[in-house]
Amino acid sequence: MTLLRIKDLSLQIAGKPILKDVSFDIGAGEIVAVTGESGSGKSMTALAVMRLEPDRSSVSGSILFDEVEILTQTEAQMCGVRGQAVGMVFQEPMTALNPVKTIGDQVAETILVHGAASKAEAMARARDLLNRVGLPEDRFPLSRYPHELSGGQRQRVVIAMAIALRPRLLIADEPTTALDVTTQAQILDLLKDLVREYGMGLLIITHDLAVVAELADRIVVMRYGEVVETGATAALLANMQHPYTRMLFAASGHQVTLPERQDAPPLLEVRNAVRDYRLPRTRLFQPPETFRAVNDVSFALHKGERLGLVGESGCGKSTLTRAILGLEEVQSGQILLDGEPVFAGHKPNLSVRRKMQVVFQDPFGSFNPRHRVDRLITEPFHLQDSPPTGSERSDRIAEMLVAVGLSPDDAGKYIHQFSGGQRQRIAIARALIIRPELILFDEAVSALDVSVRAQILDLLAELCETYNLTYLFISHDLSVVRTVTDRVLVMKSGEIVEQGDTEAVFGAPSHPYTRSLIEAAPVLPDLETFSRSI
Amino acid sequence: MLRYTLKRFLSLLISLAIASLVIFAVVEVAPGDPASFMLGINAQPDTIAALRSELGLDVSRPERYLNWVGGLLQGDFGTSYTYRTPVSDMIADRLWVSLPLALYALTLSTLIALPAGIYAAARRGRAGDVVTMGATQLGVAVPNFWFAMILVLIFAINLRWFAAGGFVGWDQGLIAGLHSLTLPAIALALPQASILARVMRSSLLDILGEDFMRTARAKGLTRRQALWRHGVRNALIPVLTIIGLQFSFLLAGSIIIEQVFYLPGLGRLVFQAISSRDLIVVESVVMLLVFAVIVVNFAVDLAYALVDPRLRVRS
Repeated sequence: MTLLRIKDLSLQIAGKPILKDVSFDIGAGEIVAVTGESGSGKSMTALAVMRLEPDRSSVSGSILFDEVEILTQTEAQMCGVRGQAVGMVFQEPMTALNPVKTIGDQVAETILVHGAASKAEAMARARDLLNRVGLPEDRFPLSRYPHELSGGQRQRVVIAMAIALRPRLLIADEPTTALDVTTQAQILDLLKDLVREYGMGLLIITHDLAVVAELADRIVVMRYGEVVETGATAALLANMQHPYTRMLFAASGHQVTLPERQDAPPLLEVRNAVRDYRLPRTRLFQPPETFRAVNDVSFALHKGERLGLVGESGCGKSTLTRAILGLEEVQSGQILLDGEPVFAGHKPNLSVRRKMQVVFQDPFGSFNPRHRVDRLITEPFHLQDSPPTGSERSDRIAEMLVAVGLSPDDAGKYIHQFSGGQRQRIAIARALIIRPELILFDEAVSALDVSVRAQILDLLAELCETYNLTYLFISHDLSVVRTVTDRVLVMKSGEIVEQGDTEAVFGAPSHPYTRSLIEAAPVLPDLETFSRSI
Repeated sequence: MLRYTLKRFLSLLISLAIASLVIFAVVEVAPGDPASFMLGINAQPDTIAALRSELGLDVSRPERYLNWVGGLLQGDFGTSYTYRTPVSDMIADRLWVSLPLALYALTLSTLIALPAGIYAAARRGRAGDVVTMGATQLGVAVPNFWFAMILVLIFAINLRWFAAGGFVGWDQGLIAGLHSLTLPAIALALPQASILARVMRSSLLDILGEDFMRTARAKGLTRRQALWRHGVRNALIPVLTIIGLQFSFLLAGSIIIEQVFYLPGLGRLVFQAISSRDLIVVESVVMLLVFAVIVVNFAVDLAYALVDPRLRVRS
């Protein structure tokens, strides 16, 4: 039975078309995944079903839910539908909950606002719901506040809120994008179980095709506000019609070939590094406790080697990165680059500092918007004693822009004139311009769409060829690390639990944690065997 | 919560100690000997010396500081150099006007500002918002003594609902006392309310853009329910900061309004004391104001914790 039928849905915001003739159906108990890159209109489609689209939008077409036309419902009628018949889970669990209300109140509110129970009954049902989503009473009493929970736990609270009244349809907008792989696997399992248990329809929006392939009964692929292809998962994967769909899948599993690494002496040596953070004092006259973010970490990175560092949030990746960059001093142990310490006498060692550069995750936040590209990418010059000037400087700028696939003319532009992928290219140009010995990529491709990510990975491989790069690639995305590194470190709770050649570690992980990481990560199905099996 | 309160209280005590040292030091370096000033230029040296010892000025500086602080703790603020009366009496008289006036004005300002700010935020970009924000723009721009004069013109001279100035005293009863403070309180409150309404509006607009507001709507709350249940409390945090600052200002910053309405308040007392170099009065009033500011900040800190559970440290 069709639960939701979207037909020729178009949406404009202030005259600008956002959705164009979107049509698809969801049946009861069915999981439909809407996928596509940023700006494809997938989230807007979900918001339109809830009639929560932004002000000043005009919607046309038809959204039939249970044979009732959603688009002609009044706002008051929609308030009765939202939360009751249709539940919604959002992407950012960290901000999706009200910070000043307890989780019990927030879950109970869904029940109370629809007048479905008395306050006491609603609280009792909130308790049951939290138990059901895996937040047992002894550790998660109703009186907890959101800030006392982790991201995955908050997402469970959001799910409990969304399913409180057993809606017929659940909409989940990138529900696991902000979560670690093991948490992601748990949340996806929870959603799947709930769909089966309650017979709900699930509209899941995700850019992650591996998740799509594992979870969905049917797939809807969107681009520029239009549906380009839709079909049952197995059939669609076996026989992709639209070139965009094929490109999307190809880009998701994109592999690059790195040049052979040569044997070389160690460049970066980390020896028994320890970094403690002071916790707030709990007793007045006792020394405050400490949290060990990095615990006795040792490894070496050889010249010309591409080393990966993987681990989940809070494992100490970022702390270790900051320590290597000389932004924070370690309490004990040593970090040496080319035999020189990163910290000399409690001060960052400038002569080492100029041999390292970093590329960060967020291509939008890591540039000063008021500077032009030439000034942005020459920022590292201030580390040098005699930076190039005049024509030498402009030649270097042009060379770098060309090296990262941009044009020398881009030097005079401002950063807002570039897309996310282009900005990340500029960030790489900025890192590369002083020819550093070592580059740190801190989640450098995590914020990018798959097609752009594939291009940046290609660029990295190319630059390895031209400049013989040595880098440390920090990421939570195992498939990316697997393709762009020679060797990998697996970090958990501040310690390196496994290290070795990338293929060896991924192919035959020896530590149980590495195994759990690899098992939890959704994998793209091998499309060739897929089409043969059909 | 207890730990948080104790911590804030400790910081209150430290602030007070530092403030008293600074005030004492500043008054110490001010030129001129109060004793010779009080006795005039023709005074005999031995008369001056006698007065100095009577005023407690002949001992060492640390001792004088301790005497002063010790006196303050017992409510003894010393003797005014010009009026020769206990400073504590002078301050107490004025405080009974200034403190109720400040509280009255602050209550009015909050009662006007919060609804106005919430109303404007809820109607962002529509006529209600534009009109409200236009009015607050006017309220911020126009000085309060001008408001005061307009109020006197309309309500005292034309309508004769209120007296044009003066304070009847609390012995006439609470209602009569409040009645005579109403016009000055309104004049003080309007500019403050305008600022506060704008802060409330922009803070609430920020909150309305938060993800959890969308979550609330997805649960089935109407716009209005989401605004009141999830928006307002979160938006109050910056508003509390401004309320704290405004109270401190209203307590002593109302000197012009006190002048316009001929009210015997703290502002006028400080003004007179400064003109006549009555440093002990200046010192005491300043200390009192610092005390008030620090206590208000302490109260604001506690209010933060009530509003925002993230600030309550769990043991």
